[in-house]
Amino acid sequence: MRRHRLLLQLGLALLLLALIALLINNLTVNLIRTGLGLGFGWLGRPAGFALAETALPYAPSDSYLWALTIGWLNSLKVILAGLVLATLLGVAAGAARNSGNRLLRSLAGTYVALIRQVPLLLQLLFWYFVAFLGLPSMPVGGLIQLSNQGIQLLGLNLSVEFCAVLTGLTVFTGASIAEIVRGGINAVPRGQWEAFRSLGLNEGLGLRRIVLPQALPAILPALTSQYLNLAKNSTLAIAVGYADLYAVSDTTITQTGRAIEGFLLLLFSFLLLNLLISGGMSALNGAVLSRVRRSR
Amino acid sequence: MLMIRSSRRILIGAITVVAGLLGGCASLDEAGRSRLDLVKQRNELLCGVSGKIPGFSFLTPEGTYTGLDVDICRAMAAAFLGDADKVQYRPLTAPERFTALRSGEIDLLSRNTTHTLSRDAEGGNGLGFAPVVFHDGQGLIVPVDSGVTSLADLSGQAICVGSGTTTEQNLNDAFASKGIPYTPIKYQDLNQVVGGYLQGRCQAMTSDRSQLAAARSGFNDPEGHVILEDRLSKEPLAPAVVGGDQRLVDAMTWVVYALIEAEERGITQANLDRQLRAAEADPSQAALRRFLGVDAGLGRKLGLPDDFVVQAIRATGNYGEIYDRHLGPQSPVAIPRGANRLAEDGGLMIAPPFT
Repeated sequence: MRRHRLLLQLGLALLLLALIALLINNLTVNLIRTGLGLGFGWLGRPAGFALAETALPYAPSDSYLWALTIGWLNSLKVILAGLVLATLLGVAAGAARNSGNRLLRSLAGTYVALIRQVPLLLQLLFWYFVAFLGLPSMPVGGLIQLSNQGIQLLGLNLSVEFCAVLTGLTVFTGASIAEIVRGGINAVPRGQWEAFRSLGLNEGLGLRRIVLPQALPAILPALTSQYLNLAKNSTLAIAVGYADLYAVSDTTITQTGRAIEGFLLLLFSFLLLNLLISGGMSALNGAVLSRVRRSR
Repeated sequence: MLMIRSSRRILIGAITVVAGLLGGCASLDEAGRSRLDLVKQRNELLCGVSGKIPGFSFLTPEGTYTGLDVDICRAMAAAFLGDADKVQYRPLTAPERFTALRSGEIDLLSRNTTHTLSRDAEGGNGLGFAPVVFHDGQGLIVPVDSGVTSLADLSGQAICVGSGTTTEQNLNDAFASKGIPYTPIKYQDLNQVVGGYLQGRCQAMTSDRSQLAAARSGFNDPEGHVILEDRLSKEPLAPAVVGGDQRLVDAMTWVVYALIEAEERGITQANLDRQLRAAEADPSQAALRRFLGVDAGLGRKLGLPDDFVVQAIRATGNYGEIYDRHLGPQSPVAIPRGANRLAEDGGLMIAPPFT
């Protein structure tokens, strides 16, 4: 019986492998037939285009591979900053929706309702063309300087394109996170609130120390998919002139004519990025769950 | 609209990969049939256009496409199928156009496409090009009050540019060869490039001069912007199909030549029927009779009806008429004809003999 099942499993695995082999074989045959051929030798050739924003030194004489790496780093920069800021904004707004303060509650409610109704691309275009490019040139205090050419923040030089993408992703994802946080908080039994109040803890402290830790197991899985969404949505950056991985791939594909390899690289890069994010989140989730179990 | 386009791009990308995986999508099917047969069988031509460049392809308020690129599609449909209206237009962005061709989503690309070695060659995009229908060149536009008059004045400045076109590479070549530093601000399509430029994000905007002229016609203050004398590139724009399909390339090539030849012969939409009757009545007009298909033979060699020239001219007029209709002095996007005049008038347009 046991061996029978093993054989069945083995058979299924072989079938799957054969299917994959067939697909790859088909792809290669067709690529050869259409004269495209699959190759990555072009990655070493000079890119020949400049980039507006580079985290590491880059010149147009550098290779396509390096240009793509710079694009990937630009994506990573805006995604990581977006993850942190969206989480802060989302938790704040989610908590505000449960707050006793009516003004705070309705402000957070309006924010979530408004942002979730409008497509992200429109929001990005709004932030870029209306909000950031509409900025008059002005120094705000000594440490911050605003203009539609760039923003200086405590010696940090940020391009308006980066700021627009970051703001768009943060505000958009923050609204979804707010709903997840609100749902998580609501899932904590009301008795817990009464319990910490009866112990004399104030609302803020009780929320942070008693309610949120218990809400975490409900929040984390949904939060992970929002994080992954944010990473994927970052490809809309090209609409507002930010040199992210997608924008660089776009130019690369047009210049080299290597659409299939370009898309494969793009797929692989995002797969890698998202596996890192979901891996990190599931580790966090595991840690939280085991802590919850121990405390029970 | 934008959303639709961006998801369409993803779709086309996905289609390429899936099509490559599952079945392939070569121009010639197993039996070696030309795509021309498919067009005839379908009785409709799928034509890829931009849809956003006034004078070349632009959506009118009535919901139809108009422009020089569109008239090329119409002339092809008239010549191939005998009806200029049997065209289905597909608006495409610059980066998605070649994938759309390769994946078979369109039969023919008539979308401000520059004929280059890499796009033609088998090891590059592997396309097949028709003769040039518009000789263009890349330029820069700046606000008049900026005082900028040459490339050197733009040293260290931000320049708005559309991504995924030769424009970006030409810009870099021009500045790098002169050792002038600059910052490219890259957008996906021309509307955003114009938006960035008008909002003052960039000190200059670059594109083909025809596109700059078209864009400027929509500005609030067209006279407040000047196109610099510097020419960053030559941009011969030509219709394209998937390479390796000799019959389709030939058919397309000779339809374009027919439009030019008609102008050389002074055959217009208005006098076509008179010329045709004259040719039918007079056996001594051998060359004209061959050209108009009165004496059969030329069309058949291309796999087209013998009257393909007549059909094309009846639908769109000759090349000069098409040019004047969309880019002539009376049109909203007036571009001096310059290099696009007939060779006999000092331009570059010439058709090989129809013999």
